[in-house]
This record gives sequence, C-alpha cells and structure tokens, in this order.
Amino acid sequence: MTIIAVENLTKKFGDFVAVDSVTFSVKEGEIFAFLGPNGAGKTTTIKILITLLSPTSGDGIINGFSFIENPAEVRKSIGYVPQMISVDGALTAYENMMLMASLYDVPRKERKSRVQEVLSFLKLEKFSNTMVRNFSGGMVRKLEIGQAILHYPRVLFLDEPTAGLDPIGRQDVWKYLVELCDTFKTTIFFTTHYMEEADEVSDRIAIMNLGKLATIGTAAELKEKTGKIGATLDDAFIFFTGGGLFLEKGNLRDIWRARTTERKLG
Amino acid sequence: MTDYVFQTITKSHVMAKMEVVKLLHDPTELITRAVQPILWLGIFGEALSKVRAIPTGGYTYLQFITPGILTQSVVFVAIFYGLSIIWERDTGILQKILVTPTPRLALVWGKMASAGVRGLTQAVIIFLFAFMLRINLNLTLMSVLGVIVIVMLGASFFTGLSMIIASIVKTRERFMGIGQVITLPLFFASNAIYPIGIMPEWLQLVAKVNPLSYMVDGLRALIVSGNLSSLPFDILILLIVAFLISLLSAFMYPKVVM
Repeated sequence: MTIIAVENLTKKFGDFVAVDSVTFSVKEGEIFAFLGPNGAGKTTTIKILITLLSPTSGDGIINGFSFIENPAEVRKSIGYVPQMISVDGALTAYENMMLMASLYDVPRKERKSRVQEVLSFLKLEKFSNTMVRNFSGGMVRKLEIGQAILHYPRVLFLDEPTAGLDPIGRQDVWKYLVELCDTFKTTIFFTTHYMEEADEVSDRIAIMNLGKLATIGTAAELKEKTGKIGATLDDAFIFFTGGGLFLEKGNLRDIWRARTTERKLG
Repeated sequence: MTDYVFQTITKSHVMAKMEVVKLLHDPTELITRAVQPILWLGIFGEALSKVRAIPTGGYTYLQFITPGILTQSVVFVAIFYGLSIIWERDTGILQKILVTPTPRLALVWGKMASAGVRGLTQAVIIFLFAFMLRINLNLTLMSVLGVIVIVMLGASFFTGLSMIIASIVKTRERFMGIGQVITLPLFFASNAIYPIGIMPEWLQLVAKVNPLSYMVDGLRALIVSGNLSSLPFDILILLIVAFLISLLSAFMYPKVVM
C-alpha cells in the first residue's frame, strides 16, 4: 500500500526553482532514504511533506490525505524529528514527552502510560526525571524520536537523525528505528549524508539533484546504474549528482545549525 | 468550529503550563529581571520625586510612577518572547511543534499566557519593593484581580507584537536591535513616567494610540487613584488589540521557519 504519493511537486522562491516537478511514492512500512547534496531540494521537499511549506504547484498524499487540502489530518499521521536539537533542555525527559503527547492529542487517560511505554521502548525510563540538558547526544536523539512516535504515526520523517553521533550512538538509534518499523509498521522517511547508513538500512533510496529527482530505487539498483563493478553508494551518489558536491548550495544559517547540532550531540 | 476552539484553549493551556514548569525549574530569571524595575523605582523614582516638576494629580511621584514601572517591566518581559521564537526556530523545537495538529492560535495564546504569568511575578516583586519604599498603593482583592487582568492583556498584546516582529526579521541580531528600538520609544511615548498632558501635541497623539498608555492608565486607576471610571474602556481597548494581534501573529509567525 502506498503511504506517500507525491506528484509534480514544484516549489519556487522567486525565480529560483528549489523543487522541480518531483514525483515519487513510498510504500507503507518502508525505510526510505532521501539523499542529495546541500541545496538539492531535500529540505524544501520535506518541509512541504510535513506541511511547513506550501508548494507552488503539484500535490501529494500522506496516509490518504492531501497535504494541501487537509494538512491537519496529515499532521495527525506523521511524526517529525528535525536535524537540530528539538527537545527542551530546561525540562525533564518526562515533561518533554508529556508536552508532545498533549500536542499530539494522545487521550488524557493514556498519556502517562504511553509516555512510560515509549521511554521504556527506548531504554530511557531510568532517566525519566532527569533534566534533558544533562543527556548525552544519543539519549537526546532517542528522546526526540520518542516524542515523535507517541501518537503512533504512520510516517516518521527524520532529518539527518544520526548527524553528530558517534558510531555507537548511530547504531543504537538505528536499532530502535528498525525495531519501530517492524513493531508498528511505521514508514520511515529520512535524510542523511552517511552513505553507508543509507545503504545498510534503506529499502529504497531517492537521490535529489538541483531540485529534480535524479534517481530512485534500491541501493543495489542505484549502484548497478553507475555501470561500475563493485560500486558503492558513494559512487552512485556522485554519479547521479554530477558535480553536485562541488556546486553545492545552501545558506550560512543551515550550515551553522548543522554544525551546532553536531557539536552539541558530539 | 467547536473542536477548533476547544483545541485552541486546551493546547494554549498546555503550552503555557510548560513555560511555567520551566520557570519553576529555574526561577533565577525572575530575580535577574527584577533588577531593572527596582532600579527604576529606587533610583529614577526616588530622584524625580524630589524635583516635584511633574504634575501627578495629587499623588507622590513614586505612587504615580509605580504602575508605569510595572507596565515597563511587563512589556520588557513580553517583547523578548519574539527572541524565544527565533531561538526555538534555531533549535528545531518550533518546527516540531508546528508539525503537530495544534492550532497556530494555540501556540500564540500559550506564549501570551506564559508572558502574562512572568509579568505577574514582576508585579509581585514590584509591589514588595514598593512596600519597602513605603509607597502607598491601593492593594485590595478587587484591585489585585484588576491588575491580573491588565497585566495578562498587556503582556498578550506585546508578546503578539514581538512574535510578528520575529517572523519578519527572522534573526536574533536584527530582533535585538528592533526590540530595543521599539520598547523604549513605546515607554517614553506613554503616560508611564509623566502625564500625557505635558507632552507636545504630536506626542500626545502617539501616546493616545499607544496600548501601553491604556495599560498604565488601568493600573494607575486600580492601585493608585481608585477612580475606576475609565477602567472598562482601558480593558476593552487592551482586549481588542490583544485579540487582533493574536490573530495576526498566528498567521505570521509560522513563516519564521520558512
């Protein structure tokens, strides 16, 4: 069953076309990697999918609801973990979770048990009453994921979920994400700059370049398309983005955010 | 529609409650924020009270200025809520909240209510300090209830204003500059530290359209003069401007993440 369907999605900022007629679909329960160099249009596409931004043209459906006509229903169906640190250090883990449980309309009677269940799933129950400013990078990421899955979303959007984490932290986060996908049949839509991570965990991968969808398929299919024997996903990425690595766009604020997140988590 | 109103009210409460919880975890901010109004009352107020050049309608200058200093303190607390929106945008908290099925208006009202609570803590500190300075204030149950209403409404208006500014300027540096450019003229172009009557005509016009003047006027009626004839009008004006700015803010501030 298709859980995300995007058709001819276009976003223009003045004359600049950030997303150019992008069409793709994601199946329920898939782990879907959305790759591309900085400035390729990944973040803009995700912002449209999670209803933070309206497209200039095109439409899309998430869990049966159009994100243009019915953004409120789309919001109920999704969870989102931004790349930046999105938990409040001035609150405890429990308070952070309760805030999101309330905002996601988890029924009042179930809130406490649901929060305990998710904290337990993420092995954070012992730190329930710890101020989040004292958490390690891996714990922060797990708590952010916990906040985003409290309402059992059908799709979880993760923007570079392992940026700034050491290999142990990355492995730990993915262990829980894969378990989440298996347990709740949650579809995972994520971006990353770690090609080996995308290669290892994704069912399918899409690569964006210069606002267009350059390719989509399994890791094996993408590698095969390069025509190179023993190609890695790095090779496929370079193949499909051309000089993208050298012509990458972006802005100073995004770079500052990325580096700040990495510094704080690392 | 009923569901939207219910969602807006309950989630405003959730947002405001979390701000209060944060304040309880670390109340040092309340102490540091109290320094400025104490200096205004203790130094500026004491010094000017000796001059007797400002007509204060038969009250001491310290009595006259106390509602003005309280208003200034509330406005300063509220106006920098825009900064917190930019900070929450930079950390990702705002994006995460905007992606939840929470009405945009609830996020604005939540911030407004929490600014009001912070403003009320300033009122408590200022009243205690006024008591220490032997400033004679009319603090009865009714006047205190009136103060709560005026502070909440005034804080709401200036929080909404600051969120709109944040959605336009988008960076902390620009906001800091504009925040200061706006707050001080608003304060001086009001009846906070001198009556409107002594101002030049053009400034009187500015003071009369300045919501800060209605806040001061209401507070002065409640805790100084006890003459409540203009109080309903002051409250009505504050209620209207606070409501209108909350609608505009709910429309504008999600743009800060774009």
